[in-house]
Amino acid sequence: MTQPMTITEKILAAHAGRERVVPGELIQVRVDMALANDITAPLAIRVFREIGAKKVFDRERVALVADHFVPNKDIASAEQTRLMHDFALEQVIRHFYDPGNGGVEHVILPEKGLVVPGDVVIGADSHTCTYGALGAFSAGVGSTDLGAILATGTTWLKVPAGIRVVFEGGLQPWVGGKDLILHTLGEIGVEGANYKTLEFTGPTMERLPMEDRFTMANMAVEGGAKNGIMASDEVTRAYVEGRGLRDPVFLESDPGADYDRVLTVDASRVELQVAFPHSPDNVRPVSAAGRVPLDQVFIGSCTNGRLTDLRMAADLLKGRSVAPGLRVIVLPGSRDIALRAVREGITEIFLEAGAVVGPPSCGPCLGGHLGILASGERALSTSNRNFIGRMGHPESEVYLAGPAVAAASAVLGRIASPEEL
Amino acid sequence: MIIEGTVWRFGDHVDTDLIIPARYLNVSDGAELAAHCFADLRPDFPSRVRVGDILVAGKNFGCGSSREHAPLAIREAGIRAVIAGSYARIFYRNAFNIGLPLLEAPEAVQALSEGDRVTVDLSTGEITLKGGETTFRAGAIPPFMQSLIEAGGLVPYLRKSRTS
Repeated sequence: MTQPMTITEKILAAHAGRERVVPGELIQVRVDMALANDITAPLAIRVFREIGAKKVFDRERVALVADHFVPNKDIASAEQTRLMHDFALEQVIRHFYDPGNGGVEHVILPEKGLVVPGDVVIGADSHTCTYGALGAFSAGVGSTDLGAILATGTTWLKVPAGIRVVFEGGLQPWVGGKDLILHTLGEIGVEGANYKTLEFTGPTMERLPMEDRFTMANMAVEGGAKNGIMASDEVTRAYVEGRGLRDPVFLESDPGADYDRVLTVDASRVELQVAFPHSPDNVRPVSAAGRVPLDQVFIGSCTNGRLTDLRMAADLLKGRSVAPGLRVIVLPGSRDIALRAVREGITEIFLEAGAVVGPPSCGPCLGGHLGILASGERALSTSNRNFIGRMGHPESEVYLAGPAVAAASAVLGRIASPEEL
Repeated sequence: MIIEGTVWRFGDHVDTDLIIPARYLNVSDGAELAAHCFADLRPDFPSRVRVGDILVAGKNFGCGSSREHAPLAIREAGIRAVIAGSYARIFYRNAFNIGLPLLEAPEAVQALSEGDRVTVDLSTGEITLKGGETTFRAGAIPPFMQSLIEAGGLVPYLRKSRTS
């Protein structure tokens, strides 16, 4: 009988042309999709040129997404976006996106079928790990690695050992993927999964919608993980049907596969979570948040900018108003999501409540654009990082939560649970 | 390769937003990035750091964003080696790719303070505190990574291996 393998090992073995791989091995793998954005692409393109490359390895397998400082916030960022766009034109790269046809990279790649289950996806962005939700291996790298991948279509990787997180039980009202991942980060800490795979499994996961799965895989890197991943199942199949550019390979881990650590979480006991400053693992249930007045609420990002997130927030904001003195910023994760939000009346609910609805963009998440915090200001954000100065002034504070807490907080002007409305 | 310099001491979990805040990422020029290195944490760092200095930090150094601008800013500011308890994985890869050597030495991190003069031998992983003659041993840098550092990073390494 063959040795059981994890889903990560299966994908990596297949892309290394090997029967099997074991944790710690250095392997060279084929890359199915290479990704860069307006911040990381300019450096990667420089590397591509410096190593003397003339053509990208495959113009169908490169995605360039302008999402971080778009619509261009200043002359310098406009130059960077143009450099990336010129490169896309020169190389006849098919998958170049800006806010008019795309959106936030990790929202649009699955949406447009650029990533399929069983893929190896490498991106010059740490949240590339998002695609593990589809049962793909995906990891973030820097621009030099990405530049080399643009030229060769291959890269070297160390096969990661795994941490298996088993979720059991049904979820409490309003609780979603964001709460499960924040809770997990609270358990393992910000370097608890360093260099490893975080594999999410268990009966709770089987019932979890695709959007919540993206949110969870997205924040695997906040535990230091190389990749976050979960098995492909019926939910995955339904999502990718009619979408994928390539044929999907649906995989799951073998029973008896080896993990460094197995963590079991009783999901029925996980309350709505909030990560306090200045670390994503500094979590508390919202019921223990105390009285935290807010200056800004941000709903969006590659973590929680999907349609189900906007729907949940709109359900709570319908017929209510944003608290006086509070700024609420909603950025849909993609053009398609923005369009559906308009058609479903969600955008109208946000605007009537007193929120500003902006273009698909990373926006304030990384403190560069579209909603930066002043000194001493506090924001609650559905994004993924609350490091010192992440959303603006080094003396500002960021609290992380899911869309339900964000919407309730928007109404009450302080960190709040939907049950308080 | 032997490096001798003054220690700049940092704490645990220094993320790449702290190394170079995102508001400065609208450029990718090394010198401009270096001018804003640690802008929020140690605003005096770029003006006071000297070429050859050594950065010492706690655990999980370089966590967060994959921005290669972070090791670039550190290198362009003048730092020639980093000693830390541990590193986040993307930062680790990026640093060697651009020719910035990283050593993992939790004991040295415990013992070293801001302003110490230290000597680092990259081939042996030996870290020596000047004056006290105290020596620490870091995990050895694998030979492949050493050749990356000697070449000045992955790009010059690839260029060299192409022509030779």
